[in-house]
Parts: sequence; C-alpha cells; structure tokens
Amino acid sequence: MAPPADTNAGFKFDNVKRNQLLSDKGYNLPRATKTGTTIVGIIYKDGVILGADTRATNGPIVSDKNCRKIHYLAPNMYCCGAGTAADTDSTTNMISSQLALHSLNTGREARVVTAMTMLKQYLFRYQGHVGAALVLGGYDTSGPHLFTIHPHGSTSELPFTTMGSGSLAAMSVFESRWRSGLSRDEGVELVKDAIEAGIFNDLGSGSNVDVCVITRGNVEYLRGYSTPNERVPKEQSYRFARGTTEFIVPRTAPSNDESSAMDVSA
Amino acid sequence: MDFMMHSEQQNQLEPTQAPVERHSHNQWNPYVDNGGTSLIIAGKDFVLVASDARQSVGYNINTRYDPKAYELSNKTVLATSVCSADAKRLCEVLEQRAQLYYHKHERQISTQALAQQLSNTLYSRRMFPYYVFPLLGGIDAEGKGAAYSYDAIGNMERVTYKAFGSASALVQPFLDNQIGMKNQRGAEGERMLTREEALRLAIDSFTGAAERDIYTGDWLDIFIIDAAGVHKETRELKHD
Amino acid sequence: MDPITLRLPHTVQRPQELTSYGPTTRTTQPIVTGTSVVAFKYKDGIIMAADCLGSYGSLARFRNEKRLTQVGEKTLLGVSGDISDYQYLQHKLEDMITHEYDMDDGQSLGTKSVYKYLSNIMYGRRNKFDPLWNAYVVGGIDNGEKVLGFVDMYATTYSSDTIATGFGSHLAQPILRRRVEGRTEQITEEEALEILDECMRVLFYRDCRTFNKLRRAKVTAQGVEISEPYSLETNWDFAEDIVGYGA
Repeated sequence: MAPPADTNAGFKFDNVKRNQLLSDKGYNLPRATKTGTTIVGIIYKDGVILGADTRATNGPIVSDKNCRKIHYLAPNMYCCGAGTAADTDSTTNMISSQLALHSLNTGREARVVTAMTMLKQYLFRYQGHVGAALVLGGYDTSGPHLFTIHPHGSTSELPFTTMGSGSLAAMSVFESRWRSGLSRDEGVELVKDAIEAGIFNDLGSGSNVDVCVITRGNVEYLRGYSTPNERVPKEQSYRFARGTTEFIVPRTAPSNDESSAMDVSA
Repeated sequence: MDFMMHSEQQNQLEPTQAPVERHSHNQWNPYVDNGGTSLIIAGKDFVLVASDARQSVGYNINTRYDPKAYELSNKTVLATSVCSADAKRLCEVLEQRAQLYYHKHERQISTQALAQQLSNTLYSRRMFPYYVFPLLGGIDAEGKGAAYSYDAIGNMERVTYKAFGSASALVQPFLDNQIGMKNQRGAEGERMLTREEALRLAIDSFTGAAERDIYTGDWLDIFIIDAAGVHKETRELKHD
Repeated sequence: MDPITLRLPHTVQRPQELTSYGPTTRTTQPIVTGTSVVAFKYKDGIIMAADCLGSYGSLARFRNEKRLTQVGEKTLLGVSGDISDYQYLQHKLEDMITHEYDMDDGQSLGTKSVYKYLSNIMYGRRNKFDPLWNAYVVGGIDNGEKVLGFVDMYATTYSSDTIATGFGSHLAQPILRRRVEGRTEQITEEEALEILDECMRVLFYRDCRTFNKLRRAKVTAQGVEISEPYSLETNWDFAEDIVGYGA
C-alpha cells in the first residue's frame, strides 16, 4: 500500500534529470540571491547579543546595501540568517508564526530550545536544500541561549558563534577577545568589531552593522548601530533635461503633475 | 608553447621518449581572476586612465593597494584587469620592448607604435593568452589624446572611452550615457570632455562601482597624460 | 567555483574536454604540506611566524619542519604548501646565492632581487602547467627600505604591510589589518611579538592543520634571526560550560 501523500514532506526530485537536460541545453535555472554574510552571536553577563552586516549579493553585484539579517522570531527571540536570502526569510517567518501559535496554545512564552528544535527538524527534512545557516539567540525562563543551526539541521550551543562567508574574520575577533562575564557595553563593542572584521575583510559582507541585545524581558534592536561605509557625495549632479527620453510615437496624456525633470542625484 | 600538440604529432615521438600519461580529470587551471576595474577617457589634448587598486581572489582581499595601471613611459600609461600575474608580466615585456626601441632608434617609441606592439605581444600568446584586458593611453603624433582598447589576444581598437574589468558592465553604460550621449533626444553625439569633466566622471564611475561591485574598491589611481607628461593622483575608495 | 549557482543533487559536472591532445603536464597535487605563514612590517623591520608541522593529508606526519629560512644575508623566506617543492626551490636559491658569492664582487643579492627571482620561477612553472605548489612570503630590508612580498603557485604577487598565507589569510589577516595597517612605524618589537602570538593562537584554535610548536623570525638592520621552536599558552576554560548541542 502506498503511503498517504501528505506524509511525504520535503522536496521531490522527480525533475532533477529533466532539469539537468535543460541546463545542458542552455536553459539554466534562475540564480538565487545569497547573503554572503557575516553573522555572529555571543553570550554576555546579562543575556545574548546578536550581530549582522547588511550586504546582500547576487553574484559579484551588491543587490541590497542595507538589508536586515536579524529576523524576529518571538518577543524574546531573534535569529540571524546567512545563506540563500529567500530561505532564511521564509524559514524564520514560518517558525515565527508557529512559535506565536505555540505561545497562544500554551499560554507561555516560547523557549529558545523549542524554536531551535523546530528549525533543525524543518531544515533536516529538506536535507540541506533549504539553504539557511542560522544563529539563534533568545532569553527564556531558563536563561540566555545561543544556538547555531546549519543548513542540514545540525546544531550546536556555544558561548560565541559566527556564520556566513565572513565567519572566519569574525571568529578571529572572538577567539582573541571573548571571555565569559562580559558587560553589555563590552559585548556590544566586541560584536561590532567582529562584524566589522567581516565587512572589511570579506567581500561577501559589507555596509553597516546591526546589533540586537536580548536580556530578560527586554530587546534592544540597534539597526544601523555602526555605519562605517557611507557613500561620499558625487562630483556632480546627473539631472537630465526635460524631453531627454527617446520615444517612437508621441502621445500626450492629460496630467496635473507639475514635477519637472527626472532627478537621479539621490 | 607547444602544448597544443595534435594527436598526429603525438604519434611521432622520439623512440627514447615515453608516452605522456593522459589524465581524464580536469586540468590544473593557471588563470586567476583578481578582480578590479580600469577605465580610459580620451580628450582633445589629454587622456585619462584610471584603475582601482584592490587585488582580490574569491571573497578574499589580497591587498588593498596593488596598482593595475602602470606608467610605461613619460607619455603612456597601461591599465589592466583580471589576472594580475599576467598583467604584471605583460607590462614588463612591453616596457622592455619600448626600451629596445629606444636603444635601436635613439628616440622614444610613439604611442601608435607602442599600441601596435601591445597588440603583437598579446597575439604572440594566442594559444595561451595573457588573461588581461588592456587599455593603453597616450598622446598621438598630432598631440591628441589617444586611447586604445584590446581583448586578451590582441584585437585592437582606438576608442574615446572604455571600461574593462569586474565593474565594466556597470561603468560602460554610464560612460555611454554621459560621454557617448547614447539614446537621448536632442543630444548631438559623442562629447569631447574637458580635463575637469573627465576627472569628475572617472571619480563618480569608481565610487559608483565600489558601491555595487564587490571586487572594486580600496584605492583609485588616476593618471592624466598630456603634452607635459603624466600626472598621477590617488584617491580613497570604500574598503568594504 | 561559483558559490552562488544553485546546484541540484546528481548534477556533478563531467569534464567537457576529454580530447586526445592537450598540454603535456605532470598532474600536481600537494603531498606533505605546511599551513599558514603570518608576516608584517614593524618599526625595526619585518617579523614572521610559521608552525613546525608537515601534514600528510589530515595526518600530523612531520612535527619538526622548518618553514622559515634565511636567503642570502638579509632576506627571510616563509613557505606554505608542498614541502618537497619548497625543498627543491631551496636548492635553487642556494645555487643562486653561491653563484652570487662566487662573483666575489662585494655585492650581495637584495630582498627585491630574491623576490623577483622567486616570482619569475613561479611564473615560469605556471606557464609550463607544472607549478610549484606553494605560497611564499619574502621579507627583508633592501637599501633601508622594508620589503614584504607574496607569491603563490599562480605567480600572483603583491606587497603589503601585512601578509598571511593559507588559512591565515582568513583568520590572521583580519587581526593584522586591524592592529598593524597604517601604524607599522609605531609597533615596537614587544608589541609585534604579541600580535604575532595572537594570530598564531587563533590559528591553532581554528585551523586543524596548525599545531602548537612554532618558530618566529625577524629581519632588522642587524640581519636575520630565526627563533628556536616554542609553544603558546592556550585557554580552554570555556569548554567547562559546554554541554551537548542544545537538544
């Protein structure tokens, strides 16, 4: 007897051979936006601090100069994502919704291990094809927690952790300067330095530093905590005269919009 | 290079030579992409050559300052891109050729002659190319700014402006728009820029490229060549 | 390698060009290898470090390799990658130095010349599709000028105030750039040693092919000085608190 269809969760690989054939003939699959990233987390005296850079790339091109990589999971939990942008976004979103339902059902704040378990079980089911590498941090009844979750579903619980293409640069900072019992300010400074090591030494990471400090009953989301890469002003304005745009057939539409030339100086 | 030896020739081995083992797996690849962008703009009596100075491999920055544009003489600058090892060797070879010319003819090589020499040098390695896309700037016999662009195997073209390298797909359309005046109603074809305009466009090209191309950044070398010689200026770009 | 391409399973690419002709090559792969070399400029000259391990794949096979050597009078050479290729090169360098000595003209090869010679060998071998599987760091003082250069198996060369090869380019270079870049002239020997140890300690913690027996060396106006092997103090206190993986 065939198993019920809905228990067969995960990807199907029926089309792999067909896709390979298409690819060989030159019909390539679309390329996904990846967040070649630096993300980090540490445990400090009163809780957890998460950090992330803000560059999203598509091949060699920066597709977003100020994207958010620290995702909301629950009021007491946040999660940094590296890897395929769509996967980190949708995975954290889905788990966040399940955590909300879980809290409503139990009438309690969700625990960080619960989120971690849900994430690892989901990722394991997809055998690494959901390309999300996560750093999960939160504070619950049992204290501060920091987890690393790999795309295949393995996890680790460590006092400091880094992920993404800038993970080695960031880890060099932690390995030489992390110690237990850091104060809040020391911790934030250390996380900032770790992310900046990624920003300046890893081409997949760049732009700004986002920091998130999670303590008992409180979250400080410091978006743009450090902005070491502001754009210099342009040498001149690139304002085009009205009527510059080429057209083939003129057609005038009634308009009350009085704005004049296109401004691309921003 | 005799590495493109055909199978027929392979059969005519000397009796003492052992047959070379052929491996079925992929061959070692001698080329590296070190990223970076170069640009050239010719004016009426000057030419501007600019290159960023980041040398990278993969997601790593090797160094923040490794110049890709070289002063070959006091009136020519060669800007390169892609494979740094080949680029440096190419510049050395060309510099030697220019020196030989000088000692043979007792006068400095002209920009046009050097441009042709560069093409010939590139073509001499047709079967194992220098993985370099050169831009050569100088002053021609009439005192005009001369800009030459090449592919890796020596195809040569005199141009008024050109961008090569990792951000060329970003910079070239910008130059097409600002200098070539392409696809604009009422525009009267290609502009001849003043020195100041060319400098401003070069700077904005590179600050823009550094924003969006991960391989372009750190430092920018700008050379302006005119009848008086070569003037060099170095500016900072973003380090991220 | 394109890290961005979406790859589905069972799509391993087969070599496209399996033609009967092609370059005459000796397919090379490293056998016994040395890992990172870390080097930078400081107030008095150049300082460099490398550990003493010669790895045989993942086996810690040779535990007393010397990967920092003196070339001529005032040049220091650090090597990572294949040890036998390095030993071959060392002979070539010795030949060159001897040849230079035989000239008996009172001249000795400067660091820039050694660096150029080395770079040319690497470029020549790359062009023969038969590379020396190494990354070299050359340091020295040439006519009062501090020289620190890098050259690898592709003959990629660059000079910088800070250089780290292999895993060091990921783990040590960020530390060096932060602590050294722009202030080489302020760094005393004491601070330089401290920075060097910080880098080597991080490498020992995170690079599986590094081990805790290393040498350091310096080039100053007085000449080249290579230390005896020594070990770093490490700290594993944090491990006490780690239990399991969260489940």
